[in-house]
Amino acid sequence: MVVSTTDPVHEAVSAVYVEHSRRVLATLIRLLGDFDVAEEALHDAFRAALEQWPRDGIPANPRAWLVSAGRFKAIDGLRRRSRFDALDDVGARADVAVIDTAAWADEESVEDDRLRLIFTCCHPALAPDAQVALTLREVCGLTTEQIAQAFLTPAPTLAQRIVRAKSKIRDARIPYQVPTPAELPGRLDAVLRVIYLVFNEGYDASSGDRLTRADLSAEAIRLGRLLAQLLPEPEVLGLLALMLLHESRRESRTSPSGELIRLDDQDRSRWDRAMIIEGARLVEQALLSRRFGSYTIQAAISAVHSEAADAAATDWNEIVGLYDALLRTDPSPVIELNRAVAVAMRDGAHVGVHLIDGIFARGDLLDYRLAHAARADLCRRIGRVEDARASYERAIGLTKQEPERRFLERQLAALRSTDLVEPGRAVRKSSAKTEKP
Amino acid sequence: MKYLCLVYLEEEKLRAVPDKECMACGDGFRKTGVLVSAEALQPVATAATVRVRNGKVSVTDGPFAETKEQLAGFYLLDAADLNDAIQMAAKIPPAREGSVEVRPVRDLTP
Repeated sequence: MVVSTTDPVHEAVSAVYVEHSRRVLATLIRLLGDFDVAEEALHDAFRAALEQWPRDGIPANPRAWLVSAGRFKAIDGLRRRSRFDALDDVGARADVAVIDTAAWADEESVEDDRLRLIFTCCHPALAPDAQVALTLREVCGLTTEQIAQAFLTPAPTLAQRIVRAKSKIRDARIPYQVPTPAELPGRLDAVLRVIYLVFNEGYDASSGDRLTRADLSAEAIRLGRLLAQLLPEPEVLGLLALMLLHESRRESRTSPSGELIRLDDQDRSRWDRAMIIEGARLVEQALLSRRFGSYTIQAAISAVHSEAADAAATDWNEIVGLYDALLRTDPSPVIELNRAVAVAMRDGAHVGVHLIDGIFARGDLLDYRLAHAARADLCRRIGRVEDARASYERAIGLTKQEPERRFLERQLAALRSTDLVEPGRAVRKSSAKTEKP
Repeated sequence: MKYLCLVYLEEEKLRAVPDKECMACGDGFRKTGVLVSAEALQPVATAATVRVRNGKVSVTDGPFAETKEQLAGFYLLDAADLNDAIQMAAKIPPAREGSVEVRPVRDLTP
């Protein structure tokens, strides 16, 4: 809403908007009890700032000033609407909005407001895509158009989703509060799920504007940081670590032409060391708590990869152990598949193929493209060319993502040209070279 | 605000929770002052569905919708907000056998 200008006061207002608008909104929702009223009040408050700050100077505590002004404007607006008489001295009255020292202005309750906002937006009574849209809109301050673009959803559909979610909050009376300790684990899961979903939407971008998608991951990391600061529960730290460790490899996981590069084949010198160090530190902190869950274990696995100079130097024994722990917390065929690949790296590809075939024999993952791709890769390594070909073809048939399809087709083509090459790491390295720019 | 907690159960599980337990639950709600009303229902085989079209009453047998889980009873509770209502609904014994739909009551506008 703030217009760009060279005027220093306007610039200051813009800076205040970026830094404080979400906090001010979070507090206004608590004070006014309604999302829409609070949003309108937020805009009114910034409009008042643009009028008054050039004249009176920037207040010492801009956030408290804005909350106070927003609250005043909203209450005034409600009063006026109920009396149907237009007051012409509204502008003059806004000057009355001075900083007061009421309890709502103190640092602690304001930080709580941000948590209240996060938990309300991620309330399990709201549909999962509504949780995501509302969180990005209200907590992160993205516009409806930005969210629509990032999720490849028509803007009116997304706007409708947000409107419905807000109506539900009002009509079903979803309270604006941080869950009690008894409710916290379940409610926190919902929040973490939303954040991770936003991250993955930006990370596993299958189509759309890549830049917008990367922003979505950055937004998820920002949310993770905020949550870690407000509520440093082990799994919050674990999720933040997991996102940072994935993000550290963003540059190296695709070639300039947009082709996918496998973890084993990535140029590790391009990994972002600062993110890895921060991620590893967070994992350690979460593990020490002994109350960690699946996000922390996944982050720990990622950290082991990050520490290794190359695939061969990876501590596969450690990784298999972490997958065992993950299977205990969060049993699923997909995790079994990942474990099978790690076991293959430790004990040999044939063991991995055997484990994957065991999953298929139970009827699990038959339509999961990555399971067939993993089996194809392992079969290729031990020279089972026909099995590899069949699995690649199956994987290609199930793949909807273009870069991934091209990757698999290249693997399949390489299989044809090098039919009976002796399996082993040397072969994989040389094929990796052809993938790298 | 009032919330209607609709208890849904599969037909064969109607008797899965002992009546005594449901009565104790209702008594608990009554003691804390949140209970407006609560009843268990006869099986759907006893239901009749009534419609009025063009001033004519038509009656058909059975429930409005044949679904796997059927309405087995209800609790009308007075709760502070949805979280409060959800916590109370979780205490309704058949929640562990079937499901409880929590619906806020709408005030009619005159």
